[in-house]
Formats: sequence, C-alpha cells, structure tokens
Amino acid sequence: MAIVYNSRLDAEEHGFHPLVTVLVPLLALLFQVYLPKYFHGFALFDLPLIVTIFFSVARRNAISGTLTGAIIGLLQDALSGLPIGINGIAKSIVGFFAASIGVRIDVDNTGTRLLLNFSFALLSSLIYILITRVLLGTEVPIAWSHELIRALANGLLAVPLFLVMDMMKRNRS
Amino acid sequence: MESFFARYKNLLVLAAVLLLQMVALAMQVRRTLPQSGPDPQKVRLVRYWAVAAVSPLERALFAIAHSTRNAWLNYIDLRRVRSDNDSLRFEVSRLRLEQASVAEDAKQAQRLQSLLGFSEHYIHKTLPAQVIGTSGTDQSRMFYIDKGSHDGLKPDMPVITPDGIVGKIKDVFPSVSQVLEVSDQTSGAGVILESTRIRGILRGNPAGQLQIISLLPDERIKPGERVLTSGGDQVFPKGLPVGQVVSVEKDKDHDPYIDVLIKPAANLLQLEEVLVITQLGDHMTDTQQKDLNQAEAAAQINRRASDVLSEKLPGKQAPGDAAAPDLIHAPDKNPNSVPITVKPPPALHPDRFSPPGAKALPPSPDTAPPKKPTAPLAPPHP
Repeated sequence: MAIVYNSRLDAEEHGFHPLVTVLVPLLALLFQVYLPKYFHGFALFDLPLIVTIFFSVARRNAISGTLTGAIIGLLQDALSGLPIGINGIAKSIVGFFAASIGVRIDVDNTGTRLLLNFSFALLSSLIYILITRVLLGTEVPIAWSHELIRALANGLLAVPLFLVMDMMKRNRS
Repeated sequence: MESFFARYKNLLVLAAVLLLQMVALAMQVRRTLPQSGPDPQKVRLVRYWAVAAVSPLERALFAIAHSTRNAWLNYIDLRRVRSDNDSLRFEVSRLRLEQASVAEDAKQAQRLQSLLGFSEHYIHKTLPAQVIGTSGTDQSRMFYIDKGSHDGLKPDMPVITPDGIVGKIKDVFPSVSQVLEVSDQTSGAGVILESTRIRGILRGNPAGQLQIISLLPDERIKPGERVLTSGGDQVFPKGLPVGQVVSVEKDKDHDPYIDVLIKPAANLLQLEEVLVITQLGDHMTDTQQKDLNQAEAAAQINRRASDVLSEKLPGKQAPGDAAAPDLIHAPDKNPNSVPITVKPPPALHPDRFSPPGAKALPPSPDTAPPKKPTAPLAPPHP
C-alpha cells in the first residue's frame, strides 16, 4: 500500500463522455434508493459519495469536483427526504478535497483508493453530524464505531467500483 | 485584484457553493415547521426534478424484478396451494369465532358512542400500492410508492399494512409518492396502550426504533402490552395496531419522564405492499355493516349453545330463584360482613386523568365498612 506523494500537476487528467457524466451518478442514486428495499444493510453504503470521489480524483479539477459533489449531493437530498443541502454541502467539500488530493498523490493504487474512500466517508459523516447538530439543531447521536464501519465498508466497495469506472475514462492530457 | 480571484478561484467557488446551500438550508428549516409536513414550493420543485429523473428508472427496475420474482414464486406457490388452502380455511373459522365474541362488545360501544355524540372514523376506502424504493440512507426513514396524485393521493394520508400502521404520505408527485415512516425522527402519531389506556405520542428515535415519549413513570406499563392508535393525531383512525411494548427506559435527557420502546406490528424493514387510506367516514360501509350483522348472528347462536350447556351444569339455580347467589353482590347473612364491590385497580400515581381531590372524597355508604361496636350491646329488657 505505497502512497506516492509527489507533485502530479503534470499527471494525466481524465475526461468522460457526457453520457457517462450524467448516467453514472444517476445510476448510483438509483441503486442507492432501490437496493436497500431488498437488502436493508445496503443503506450503510454511499454510492453517490464513491462516484463523487471517483469523478473528482479523475478530473483533478477542484471546481469540477466541488460542482460534481454539490449536484450529486443535492439530488441525494431530494430523494432521501432530508432538508436539501445536507449531503450537498458534505459532498461539495469532499469533491473539492478529493480533486485537490488527486493532484498530489497516486490515486490509481488500490491501497490509496481504499484509504482515500475511507477517509472521505469519515469526513462526510463528520460534516453531516456538524450540519445537523449545529445548523439544524437536531439531536443526532454520534456512534463513532458505526461511522468507522460505514467508512470501511465504503472504502472496500469503492475498490472494485473504481476498477469498473476506470474503463469509462478518456485521457485528456 | 484580478490575481487574487485567479489565485483563489477554487476556494472562492467552494465558498460560494457552500454559502448558497447553507442559505437554502436555513430557509427550509425556517419554513418547514413541523418538519414532517409537506415542503415549501421551491424545495418541492427540486425534489420533483430528482424524483422525475429517478422514478421512471426505479419503476422499470422494480417491474423487472417483480415480474421475475412473481413468476418463480407463483410456481412454488402452486405446489403447496392445497395445504395452504386447508390452513386458511381453519384460520377463517377461528377468526369467525373470535369476531363473534367481540361483535356484541363492538355493538354496545357503538351505541354508547352515539349516545355521547362521539363520532367514530371508519376506513371507507383504501388504495393498494407497491413500495418501489427507499430513501437510500439510514438517516431518514422514508420510502416511495408507485401511486401519486393521478391516483388521488394527497399529503398526510395514512399508510398501513394489514399488520399495523406504517406512516403517512409526505410528498405527492404525479405517479409516485413519498411516505414518511412512523419510525422517522420527524414523524409523530397519537397512541394508546390497550389495557392501561395510557395515551402518548409515538416517535422514531435516531436508531429507527419506535418509542412513546414524555410519559410519566407508571408501573402498569409492562413489556408485551399492545399499542393502538388513539385517533388524536387526526391522521390515523382510532384502534389500528401499532405494536407491542418491548421495554421501558428512563429518559436521560428529560427527567422524570420515561421512554417506552415499541416493536412495530408491521415489518417496516421489509415492506412490499401497503394500503393508503384514501377515505374515512363516520359510519360503517355496507360491507362492514354486513360483516358485523353476520358476526352478531353467529354470536347469538354461540350464546344459545352456551346457555344450553350451562343448563346442564350441576349447581345451576332456576331462574327467578331469590336465593340464587350473586358472585359479586352476594347478600350475606352475617351482619358484620362487608359488601364486596369490584372496583378497577387504582392508579399508582395521580395523573391528569384522575379526578381532582379523589383521595379527599368520603367513601360511599355502600362501600364503607361498618364500624365495629366498642362495647357489647346490652340485651333488651322485656
């Protein structure tokens, strides 16, 4: 699990077919609302978060990452019935940092991807708790063990999903 | 100045996006109290777009999965239909007997309610709907059904299964609706404990469990007691099953209140089909009336049969016999004995349903024990 830290400003930037840009987040949202009906534990995963991280690190553009996260998060809020903006804010921040980190480290490494998704899932949970507690004033209990399990589950799921989504990349540099 | 924007454009875009969403969030929180109600128009528009984008795919996916599953299950079901039929017939007979036994009570309750001018709400019309999706997160307990405004659904309509209540409709779109489960934190329903008649408010806790909140400690509340809807929330009709008491816990944040945890009667984790109550009425439908009449007739037959049996029992006194002992108000020959009167068990703690100053009331002469004479009475002189 070697994390290569170097300046990768000269590294490859990837683009995607417009259809992929629209359909992949949409499918992630669809499976996120559909699969927990049959597999209740699937609600532990956050497919839209994994897709946000993937697009952000592949494009290596902070503005693009922020906007991708915001749009996916807002759509997730709209479908989940939560106040619109909770996931939007969390995923905007995740998208921004994922794109910024994607410039600096080797994100094609499996270990890095696992660690990246684990960390961003934890960050996303932390932002969610902060928003609901501070901005909305709702009493959300903090179960750190549950959040760690959630982050680990998302990290593990992200590894094969990233491999599948790698096939949709188009080299731009 | 230009270099400042160029240098920090990434951070500025992030700040702008976050600020916009925070303002939107603040406006929603201000406008949507209570939170379980429908959203304001602009928020509804965003939800409408999201649902319009995802729901056709969701319906298609559901249709494929449903038809595949049905084809297989129909084949399996056909193989055991005969045994199922027998057991269902047995179940119907058992339920008929059970219904007959409660029909008389139901009729009496109706008579009393009409005397008191109390209007009861009966379920007139329901619409079956399929669950096609969930909220996708364990942070909110909601799901989508395949019926919407085109089918006559409106916000706040109750959603049930034959086992118990499920939730209420939150947002309605043309062909789908969003249902807020009773286990959601923003949900609420009026409930009553079946035997103790204690009323309370049902809420979901952060872990998605049902609980009755803000109750004062009462030792009569025991695990296993059934919980029903009270009808006080103006959403669910009275008397629908909610669940069973699992445990009673002290509310750590609001002393001295307790939280009563409930196991839901309906399986909220595996919902396939639900019923939306689209119409309530203050009288029974023809079918319900017919069922009640049938049950009454069955109860009459049962009673006659039990009368015949009791006639044959040893020790039965002839009707009209003045010496027939009454188990409750038995006149005792002993002048010092206290007349027995059956009373309901007293409340362990005074509550708002007890009449004020109940302890201060003097006992009734019928129930008060006679005072014992302090000295033996002298024999009367001739």
